[in-house]
Amino acid sequence: MNLVAENLSYKPDEQFHLNEVSFNFEKGNIYTILGRTLSGKTTLLKTIAGLLTPDTGAMQFEDKDFLKVPVWERNIAMVYQQFINYPHLNVFENVAFPLKQRKVDDQLINDEVTKSLKSVGLEGYETRKIQELSGGQQQRVSLARSLVKNAKILLLDEPLVNLDYKLREQLREEFKNIFSQGLSEDSIVVFSTTDPREAMEINGEVIVLDEGKVLQVGPAKEIFENPKTLKVAEISNDPPMNILKASIETNKIKFEEIEVELPNHLSNLKEKNFNLGIRASDIKLSDSGFEFEVELAEISGSETLLHLKRGNSRIIISIEEVLNFNIHDKVKISFNINKIYAFNENGVLSSSPFGGSYV
Amino acid sequence: MGKLYKFLKYFFITFWAVFVVAPFLWALTTSFKDFNSVNGGATYIPWVDFEPKLEGWRVLIKSPANGGVDIIEPYFNSLFVTCTASLISIVLGTLSAYALSRFTFKAGFVKNNDITFFFISQRIMPPIVLSIPFFLFLGAINLLDSLIGLIVVYIVLLMPIAVWIMVDFFNKVPREIDETALIDGCNPYQAFFKVVLPNSIPGLIVAGMFCIIFGWIDFFFAFILTFTEVQLLPVKIVALNSSITPWWSLSASALVSVAPLIIVAFIVERYLSKGNLSGAIK
Repeated sequence: MNLVAENLSYKPDEQFHLNEVSFNFEKGNIYTILGRTLSGKTTLLKTIAGLLTPDTGAMQFEDKDFLKVPVWERNIAMVYQQFINYPHLNVFENVAFPLKQRKVDDQLINDEVTKSLKSVGLEGYETRKIQELSGGQQQRVSLARSLVKNAKILLLDEPLVNLDYKLREQLREEFKNIFSQGLSEDSIVVFSTTDPREAMEINGEVIVLDEGKVLQVGPAKEIFENPKTLKVAEISNDPPMNILKASIETNKIKFEEIEVELPNHLSNLKEKNFNLGIRASDIKLSDSGFEFEVELAEISGSETLLHLKRGNSRIIISIEEVLNFNIHDKVKISFNINKIYAFNENGVLSSSPFGGSYV
Repeated sequence: MGKLYKFLKYFFITFWAVFVVAPFLWALTTSFKDFNSVNGGATYIPWVDFEPKLEGWRVLIKSPANGGVDIIEPYFNSLFVTCTASLISIVLGTLSAYALSRFTFKAGFVKNNDITFFFISQRIMPPIVLSIPFFLFLGAINLLDSLIGLIVVYIVLLMPIAVWIMVDFFNKVPREIDETALIDGCNPYQAFFKVVLPNSIPGLIVAGMFCIIFGWIDFFFAFILTFTEVQLLPVKIVALNSSITPWWSLSASALVSVAPLIIVAFIVERYLSKGNLSGAIK
């Protein structure tokens, strides 16, 4: 009964858009596809929807060869990152469209549409034209249209990305509510995003996708704590995890002429040279720390992102207050050694603070 | 800025209005003149400058036996040929344009853009080049000097316009709208008729307008491909010219022949100003 895909590949041009993608989506769960732009997220969702046919691979759903089922018979719903609605119809007609297509009784349509519009907070907007709504409201209409169908598979393709900050926060909250209450036991939700924080917040099963390839699958917490490779660590952190070339010498970790103590969880490392990974939030300003030069200071919301340089290494640290720095200022920082990740020279996680290892 | 700008604006608009309307007024007054009034110098105000006569208009509806020219039949011929050819061109053109916009075709080195260009290329050749093949072709299938033959030729001339305008228009309608319709349970035909087409009305109107105008004003093919059985309005009007140019009936027939285009323009203008065309697609 699950949605099962095996080795889906899609290569319309030189590059793979999907490269041997396999998954097993169970009903009643939320899946988050996390990847950067052009990583194949939309391609994957469109393949599930049936808008694209993969070159090779198989997909099964409810004991049917899903690739042979045409889009309009798949009983799916999809919300695009652009706000896609039917411009010639008003809000009510837009939401009613899929039900009308199914030839549902008028009274029932009325009830369902009203319920659906209420759940996205658009009651009273029934007769408005789509063009008269703001971006956030338009996206709510398309969300209402996809909820009204009670589809077996709900696909959300970066639904929040084109909204401004405040609306995004607001709608994300609503998504969580809708997911927690409105979701029936036998539907699958697939949510794609570039934002690791979004993926962690939704807290479902995360699929990390890059260049059409699945890099890691697991619960959000697991992806956060034990990223399988350097690439995953980069994609699943914002700002990306800092990576430094380091080596171990007699119970010390050395990088850029800095020596720090070897934490316990790294004491079993076999190799001498490794890639040291540390999150921006695990580096602090400290007077007793090591000197770095400021390359750029970004203030984002209530925090400051400092881009620092020492020798050939560049790192980003985040400070939880707004501070002003000038370029070429010298700052001193210290590393939280208990949060250091070690990736071997092939980029595979060899030791993490949470005990994971893929070597 | 303020006053001078306003003055210049209105001056220019007035000038332009006179420039555009004057020929029509001239034709209108001339159509009520007779031989003497026309040759009596430039006169414009009826009853003061000249005595208005209805002869110019009467000639148009009188049968040739009574010394008239009878443009009624050619008029309806023209209307029939133009409307039928435009309608067929729009239907075929819109369907082809949608296919060219949404699906990928490949036959050897021929791809979508080449097919679109093929359509447009039909309009690149000067009509004179097409006239001989058309003549021979229609002769071979026995459609010379017939309404159906003209309709066939006009479809060849008008469909490229429809395809060209509609391909461009469909390319601007986001593909995601069709996809959403498919996801919402429409098959591809329903997606086209229920969602894409209602959102393409502005494009259809523009394409339809161009087809009607180009079909209506064509003289060349109507002249070459018809002889006695069938006559279209432009040919008939030109045929009015005899040893004495009847300016009055020429003017009257010119006005009558422009009338449908003016009506079309007013309808479209109404529709445009209602704002129905703007903002359909964000």
